[in-house]
Amino acid sequence: MSGLDKTVSSYEEALAGLDDNMTIIAGGFGLCGIPENLIKEIKRRGTKGLTIASNNAGVDGAGLGLLLEDKQIKKMIASYVGENALFEQQLLSGELEVELTPQGTLAEKMRAGGAGIPAFYTATGYGTPVGEGKEVRSFNGRHYILEEALRGDFAIAKAWKADRYGNLMFRKTARNFNPLAITAGKIAVVEVEEIVEVGQLDPDEIHLPGIYVNRLIQGTFEKRIEQRTVRDA
Amino acid sequence: MALTREQLAQRVAQEFRDGYYVNLGIGIPTLAANYIPDGMEVMLQSENGLLGMGQFPLEEEVDPDLINAGKQTVTMVTGASLFCSAESFAMIRGGHVDLTVLGAFEVDCMGNIASYMIPGKLVKGMGGAMDLVAGAERIIVTMTHASKSGQSKLLSECTLPLTGKGCIKRVLTDLALLDIDNGQFILRERAPGVTVEEIMALTEGALVVEGEIPEMTF
Repeated sequence: MSGLDKTVSSYEEALAGLDDNMTIIAGGFGLCGIPENLIKEIKRRGTKGLTIASNNAGVDGAGLGLLLEDKQIKKMIASYVGENALFEQQLLSGELEVELTPQGTLAEKMRAGGAGIPAFYTATGYGTPVGEGKEVRSFNGRHYILEEALRGDFAIAKAWKADRYGNLMFRKTARNFNPLAITAGKIAVVEVEEIVEVGQLDPDEIHLPGIYVNRLIQGTFEKRIEQRTVRDA
Repeated sequence: MALTREQLAQRVAQEFRDGYYVNLGIGIPTLAANYIPDGMEVMLQSENGLLGMGQFPLEEEVDPDLINAGKQTVTMVTGASLFCSAESFAMIRGGHVDLTVLGAFEVDCMGNIASYMIPGKLVKGMGGAMDLVAGAERIIVTMTHASKSGQSKLLSECTLPLTGKGCIKRVLTDLALLDIDNGQFILRERAPGVTVEEIMALTEGALVVEGEIPEMTF
C-alpha cells in the first residue's frame, strides 16, 4: 500500500487493527455480494463483541452466519434475520441483540454516515415499533421520525472489479448495500474479483470512486445461492 | 368460493396500467407478474436494486449476482437498470413507484397495516415493507379475509404491531376487493360465488355496502 494504491497483499493485512467490540458495516443482500473472504478472516481472527450492521445475518454456515458459530457478534443491526437457526437460538438465549431497522432506513443510515449527515427524517416507521422513542416532526401535514446515521470502525464490502486506486465497479444485484457500507466505514476494506491497472476502467463507468476505499484485495468467491429458482426450457 | 392464489394474482394484475413501475412483495404478489396483460408495458422493481425484473432463469442462465428481494435467482428484461439500495429506496420513498403490492396479517379501517411481527413469535424483520408502505401512493394489500378459525383480519383496529400507519387504501382478500376511506371499508367486488352476507360476517371493521356489488371477473 503506497500513495493512492489501495491494494494489500493478504487478508490478514486487510483487516489489521480490527479489535474486539468494534462496529462493522457490511455490504451484501442475503448471500448476494457479501464479502465472504473478509468474513472468514474475521472468524479466523476470533474478534469478539462485534456490532455488525448488515441487511441480513447470513445463513447457518455461510456469510455472517459463520461469525455466530463462535459467538463473535454481540449485536446485529439488520432488516431481516430469518433463515438462520443459530441466530434464533442466540437471540432467544439473550447472547445476541438485534436492532431491526427498515431496509430503506438502513441504506440511508449508511449513506448519511458516509456523507456527513448526522441524521435524517423519514416517514418510514412512523406509528410503528420502529418509531418508538424517536423524535417526530411534521412537514406538509405528514409525520416523520428522526433516524441517526451509521458509521463503522470498519466497513467490509465486495465489488466486482477495481483498479489499484480502489475505483470500483459492481455487478448486477451484488451492488446492493456495498457502496453505501464502504462510504460509512472509517477503514473501508473491499474485496474484488479482479484488480486491473489504473487507467483500464472507463471513468464514466466507475460506480464508486476510490476516495472511499482504504484497503483493496483480490479474492476468489464461492457465491453461494440462497434460493435457486429456475424455469423449464 | 374463495379465490385461489392464481385468481388473487390475476385480480392484482388487473390493477396494472400501461407504463407502471410496480413493486411486488414475496408470495402471491410475485405471482401477479405472470398475468401482465399482453401489449402492456410494466416494469417490475425489486428493492435489492433492480428495475426491470424478468422471469426465473433457465438452468444455464442462473447467475448468483442476480437475485430478487426474496433472494431467488431471476433475470432482467431488456431495458433494465441496476443500482444500490439507497437509490432503490429513494425511488420507493420518493413516490416514484406507481404501485406496491404486499401481504399482511391484519389491516384496519383506518388504513393501518400489520405484516411483520407477531408478539411471542420470533420476529424475523420487516425487510423493505415499512419503506414500501410509507412511500407508495397506490398500495394493494393481498391477504386472506379471515383466519382458518374464522377470525376477521379486516379490523376496526389492528391488534398486532404496525408496519405502517394510515397508508392502506385498497385490500384484496380471497373473498373481496375493498377500499378504505374515511375510517370504513367499502366493498367494491366479491369473489365469484361469495355473498355480501358472508363478507359482512367476516369483516370486523366498519363496512360500507352500497348498491349491487359485482362479482370479480377474470
